Amino acid sequence: MSDGDGFFDELVTPDGQPREAYADYFGWFASEDVKRLARKSAEAETFFRRTGITFNVYGQAQADERLIPFDIVPRIISEREWARLSKGIDQRVRAINAFLYDIYHRQEILRAGRIPKELIARNAAFLPQMLGVEPPGCVYTHIVGVDLVRTSADEFFVLEDNARTPSGVSYMLENRETMLHMFPELFSRIKVQQVSDYPTRLRKSLAASAPQAANGTPVVAVLTPGIHNAAYFEHAFLADHMGVELIEGHDCRVVDGRIAMRTTRGYMPIDVVYRRVDDDYLDPLSFNPESILGIPGVMDVYRAGGITIANAPGTGIADDKAIYSYMPDIVEFYTGEKAILKNVPTWRCSEAAALAYVLDNLSELVVKEVHGSGGYGMLVGPAASKRELARFRAKLKARPENYIAQPTLALSTVPILTRAGLAPRHVDLRPFVLVSPDRIDITPGGLTRVALKKGSLVVNSSQGGGTKDTWVLGE
Amino acid sequence: MLGKTAGGLFWMFRYLERAENTTRLIEAGFRIALTRPDSAGDEWASVLDTAGVRPAYDQGRDTLDGPSVIDFLLRDRANGSSVMSSMDAARNNARMVRTALTREVWEAVNESWMTLKDALHRPVREADLPEVLGLIRRQSALVRGAMHGTMLRNDIFDFSRIGTFLERADSTARILDVKYHVLLPSISQIGSSLDNVQWETILRSVAGQRAFRWLNGPDMSPRAIAEFLIRDRRMPRSLVFSISKITGNLAYLQEQYDGGYVSPGQAQALRDRLSESSIDAIFENGLHEFLVDFLAETAGLGSQIENDFRFYQ
Repeated sequence: MSDGDGFFDELVTPDGQPREAYADYFGWFASEDVKRLARKSAEAETFFRRTGITFNVYGQAQADERLIPFDIVPRIISEREWARLSKGIDQRVRAINAFLYDIYHRQEILRAGRIPKELIARNAAFLPQMLGVEPPGCVYTHIVGVDLVRTSADEFFVLEDNARTPSGVSYMLENRETMLHMFPELFSRIKVQQVSDYPTRLRKSLAASAPQAANGTPVVAVLTPGIHNAAYFEHAFLADHMGVELIEGHDCRVVDGRIAMRTTRGYMPIDVVYRRVDDDYLDPLSFNPESILGIPGVMDVYRAGGITIANAPGTGIADDKAIYSYMPDIVEFYTGEKAILKNVPTWRCSEAAALAYVLDNLSELVVKEVHGSGGYGMLVGPAASKRELARFRAKLKARPENYIAQPTLALSTVPILTRAGLAPRHVDLRPFVLVSPDRIDITPGGLTRVALKKGSLVVNSSQGGGTKDTWVLGE
Repeated sequence: MLGKTAGGLFWMFRYLERAENTTRLIEAGFRIALTRPDSAGDEWASVLDTAGVRPAYDQGRDTLDGPSVIDFLLRDRANGSSVMSSMDAARNNARMVRTALTREVWEAVNESWMTLKDALHRPVREADLPEVLGLIRRQSALVRGAMHGTMLRNDIFDFSRIGTFLERADSTARILDVKYHVLLPSISQIGSSLDNVQWETILRSVAGQRAFRWLNGPDMSPRAIAEFLIRDRRMPRSLVFSISKITGNLAYLQEQYDGGYVSPGQAQALRDRLSESSIDAIFENGLHEFLVDFLAETAGLGSQIENDFRFYQ
């Protein structure tokens, strides 16, 4: 395996030596029979199918359940690398919460002219209904999944701040369970920090964000759009592992100024709702009146301090792709420090000069929809055909404000197990961060997504990506 | 527990039970078709009646033959009670109540669904039928085993059991009702024996032919069969057995929840009436009338449970 393409390989140095974090794993791997490993790999798939870890793919005629492929080679991060990453994530998440509080209150950052006013005012992710609302404990983003990519030994870039409802944490947990099940010997040999207490941490963190109205032990519930949602497995998984109810909108109603769920013994108030329903569908009385997924009246109860909504409505303004390019300023504005994690240079196509540059260099850039997610509707210039480029060019010209562009990053590679042995593939990393009024808690690990196709830079599961277990070394 | 979860558990187990009962009906019908080809047509018709899907079957079909009926009962998704539809519904409910199930139970249901989806992917050839039917029964035993071995005996368990036994009571009563005319004409002649085919189908439909022989020896009278399926407390598919189980589970719920529910009393009254009745009286007043009343009462009990425990509102 080589690094000949100029990509940073996390396993080996350009001269073929294993890097420090992988030394022990590499030693183990060298003594393993590749055939046995291939068998294990097939076992993993059966294991996942039986557990029911599947996702539904949007935009496919047959809404069948699919598995996200799992690769058995772990992605390993040293304790030192993790410490630096954590510091950067902590800083960024603090800044995001301060930014959200400001945007929905005095808007100092707009007055200071650091962000153009119209970028907020005309943004669909900005919710005027949230102006002046005090979320319990001033926390907006209780759960964040920051997407990071690595380009060299010391360089990590933030690709996206998922501050709405980041998903994928069940994969982090199940991937580890699968590895423990298949390779127990590895874990006695290598000290890997545990991730399995994430549900407990999540429940604690949510309970710590309960509103004043809560009596006794806060009642937490997970709100799901239902069994047909792509991430339903995860919603059920989290509710189950936290030991809380999994509710749908029609299980709830307003009772005495609180949101209450219909139980076999009558209506019972909920203190904290971890909602996996988008803002737009959250409350038909405040947002999309057509929504049948939400809880009618929840916004009124929220504004009156009767419930904590996690994440708060309107947090999307912080992870909007148009706001993203201002993140270094945002971090500096609220923390007074330079941003530790880098931002990918971004051209806002709404600006004429930027658009001209993007159109001229389309084949070298990645272009994304401002409000898109999941890798849908994006263009990877270097991988696109002439026709695709031409088609995208037309789209860009028609609605430039709908797009941003970024240089194609040299994403680091981590090997996957193929029939021919180990082969490098590009990866990203989504660590999961919990925010409560008194602390920011980062689980050591996260979700590593891997592009299974050779040379591909798109890691999204909906576009043929897989996942890996992510190890952070240390006690 | 959420009302929706209670309802989901109830229906999940009702559908699992339904899949198993449908399998037994097919087994009985298939057996008759093999051993008594002359009676096969009538038998398939009564299998459809028992499963309550005759109108659905007749829509768009004018032939009534083994392979079509079997396919309709096993695989047809247009038939909401087919084995495959029942498994779909059971699994969907299981997904909905995932948080109330142990990992073992969920995996057993999920695995059963995957296995059956695979086995029923194509029409089942006659040669493979016994194996496929056996597979379905084994899968349902797997789920039941996981449930008994791993689930807490709390309200979750109660709602699951109530669903199972309500479906079972309904199914046994319908088997009897479809065949009541078989039992009736000979009732006045005490000690008369039924034609083998007839009693055999009834007993096979509830997997009770061996148990019956153990308990009743050579007495194959209609009276003994009716007694066995209606009033025998040892027979796990009898009406009194099923209603007793429901009564017990409702009493546990009443105790746990400490609420003023209507359904526990209703179930108890039904059970008492069953135990106090006699087969002679039932025949005297009309077996069919008795069964029609019973089916209406279990349906009423089902909706009362639904209301008491807030399944839907």
